[in-house]
Amino acid sequence: MNNKMRVTSNLSAVERRQIPRHDMETFRRIVAEALSAGQRVVSFFGCKTGDAGTTELLMVLADDANSTVGLLSTVVNGSRFESMTPACPQLHLFEREIFEQFSLRPEGHPWLKPVRYPHGDMPAGTGDFYRVEGEAVHEVAVGPVHAGIIEPGHFRFQCHGEEVFHLEIALGYQYRGIEEALGNGANPRGVHLAETIAGDTSIGHSMAYCQTLEALAGREAPVKAQVIRAILLELERLANHTGDLGALSGDIAFLPTASFNGRIRGDFLNMTALLCGNRFGRGAVRPGGVGCDLEYARAKSLQKALAQGMADVRNAVELLFDTPSVLARFEHTGTVPASVASAFGAVGPAARASGVAQDIRTDHPSGFFRFAQIPMMTCDTGDVYARAYVRWLEIQQSVRFIEEVACDLPDGILRTELGPLRPDHVAVSMVEGWRGQLTHVAITDAEGRICRRKVTDPSFHNWSLLAYALRNQQISDFPLCNKSFNLSYCGHDL
Amino acid sequence: MINSFIHIILLLLLPPLLLGVINKTKALFAGRRGPPLLQLYYDLFKLARKDVVISQVTTWIFSAAPAITLVAIILAGLLVPMGPFQAPVVFAGDMILFAYLLGVGRFFTTAAALDTGSAFEGMGASREVTFACLSEPALFFALLVLARISGSLELTAMLHAPMTIGSQAPVASLVLVAVGVFILMLTESCRVPVDDPNTHLELTMIHEVMVLDHSGPLLGLILYGASLKLFVLCALLLHIVFPFSVGSALPDWLLFVAEMLFMASVIGVIESVMARLQMRHVPHLLIAATLFCGFGFVLLMRS
Repeated sequence: MNNKMRVTSNLSAVERRQIPRHDMETFRRIVAEALSAGQRVVSFFGCKTGDAGTTELLMVLADDANSTVGLLSTVVNGSRFESMTPACPQLHLFEREIFEQFSLRPEGHPWLKPVRYPHGDMPAGTGDFYRVEGEAVHEVAVGPVHAGIIEPGHFRFQCHGEEVFHLEIALGYQYRGIEEALGNGANPRGVHLAETIAGDTSIGHSMAYCQTLEALAGREAPVKAQVIRAILLELERLANHTGDLGALSGDIAFLPTASFNGRIRGDFLNMTALLCGNRFGRGAVRPGGVGCDLEYARAKSLQKALAQGMADVRNAVELLFDTPSVLARFEHTGTVPASVASAFGAVGPAARASGVAQDIRTDHPSGFFRFAQIPMMTCDTGDVYARAYVRWLEIQQSVRFIEEVACDLPDGILRTELGPLRPDHVAVSMVEGWRGQLTHVAITDAEGRICRRKVTDPSFHNWSLLAYALRNQQISDFPLCNKSFNLSYCGHDL
Repeated sequence: MINSFIHIILLLLLPPLLLGVINKTKALFAGRRGPPLLQLYYDLFKLARKDVVISQVTTWIFSAAPAITLVAIILAGLLVPMGPFQAPVVFAGDMILFAYLLGVGRFFTTAAALDTGSAFEGMGASREVTFACLSEPALFFALLVLARISGSLELTAMLHAPMTIGSQAPVASLVLVAVGVFILMLTESCRVPVDDPNTHLELTMIHEVMVLDHSGPLLGLILYGASLKLFVLCALLLHIVFPFSVGSALPDWLLFVAEMLFMASVIGVIESVMARLQMRHVPHLLIAATLFCGFGFVLLMRS
């Protein structure tokens, strides 16, 4: 295996020269073999090389069964390479991204168009859309301006009456160039920007960001900081899952849970604020540790608030799942079979709801999750019900985890000095955010400055799943399916 | 004469209050304070003072439809008696006019929606018309049952029949018809489980999506018309559900208003305890309403 790819684990940095560089043909073969053996594509992106006219393509694969991460690369000469998407569908969006960032054309890509339109020559949402021809087929365009206060995205439905034949999702309106803005590692604003990659995943992204820096510096956060990070990450999950269940309930006009969960979500956010002073966890995670302490008295009040929050959310959510009209609406809506979910490389609760057992906290544990496990929760129906129910199961597990951990905090410092970053290293950091696996990859140059960063939000993996879920569904069920995935626009657009 | 006057006053002034009661009930279930009881009156007043934005691609239908719809519903409201009192307009066969006045309102609302050429509004219009096709048979079966019981083709006599006949009334038929008409009322007035008046999601809407392009006073007319429709259908249903009268005018009017508010809170409770149906299951519900009323008719013919 070693000559095929550099095998390492989550949160470790490897020397760049140790990553095997294959010719394109071998690269394709190794990737296809690895994927058919059950590995997943975590990230696939281009980097500039010293030579003009060549681009290095770096692939990060995750082997969930063995808790390892594999890195391999290839170099493309000229402006085209043969697309791997027809054989490995989960690469489709990565190849489109390489196409737009490096003007490399993946030959044979089934649906090649830009992802984010970063160059300004074409505005987002333009270009060809897939069309179904026929007199009875009509097209419905939704967005980018929506009726609710949500982010911009364009949805193009090909419908036959109420039935959706095809949905194409065009994003890119939120492109900010955040990967470059995060800076070379010495940028003190980097961590603040990382918190805004996706505002609802501030803790997840700032954790992944800080962990790449720590891996590159060869340091680890102190134990107490790791515990606090784990608690924060689970609080973020609690708030968002609770809010999602409320929003799902609101979409089907089931008022009690919608109203109660809206409030309880605020209670969980307030618990995050109790720890770090900010409801969305800004300022909580810092390179080398955390920016907030959790002393005994506050841990006690956190536990008290958590018990109350859990009691409230249990009432509201059990009412939801006990109501037949709700189940009638959730079941068999927007079904994604396990085969499709794994072919698309789905991550997070959406993947687990389809029966794809995959959770970074279990498969590639890092930080405190190496010592305290959270059981992985899965369903197998893959419909809106499963995506809702997995969230409820995860809420219960997260509450149990925090209750156990918060009463027994270790002593010690909260933050270590990082020191200089090691030159010519590549660090991969995967975190199980509430929406799923989010990945930060950082590469340092010969001076130990970060010269390339790749951020992959779970939304990047999952948006095409939503498009699939709508096939042969009622168009009136789109909002419900959309909410059941609840993907981020800015996390995708970066 | 005085009763006709009260009828018209109540018909014009009371409907927005029903929506206030519904919303208060829903808020109570959700643990919220909810909007004030008189919110719709405030909204109508606000909309009346606003400007109108009219799309350049629309024709006169777009601007005329809200007024025509409102007038049709007011006329329908003049045919339906309130409580034990005579309706202001009574003639043989007015039940047919009643059904088709509702139809005229619907026709112009959907025509105005199609007039905008928007994909959303077209979708809403198609849904509205599909569901109307399925709910009209239920209404006619219900009217048939009442006509048969009363032996009359005047709405007032028909609707007063359960009260005047008293214990001789065919209870089984009336119960079935009441259920059917109740479903009909929820459908026609776009309430849960058929439609969700609170949603902002265009793709799931039925009635709301047809009026997305209307603004200002035109939107006000539509909202007012919708509350009137709920009021009229509710008044119709009350005759079957509460066929009682005290016997003197003032208490009867008070009883009528109390019954209306009670029905509004019943609707609020239903909206609070159940989710919306999937769109493709709505026809099943409407067919069920038709079957309820149809069986009511069959039972009546057999006895």
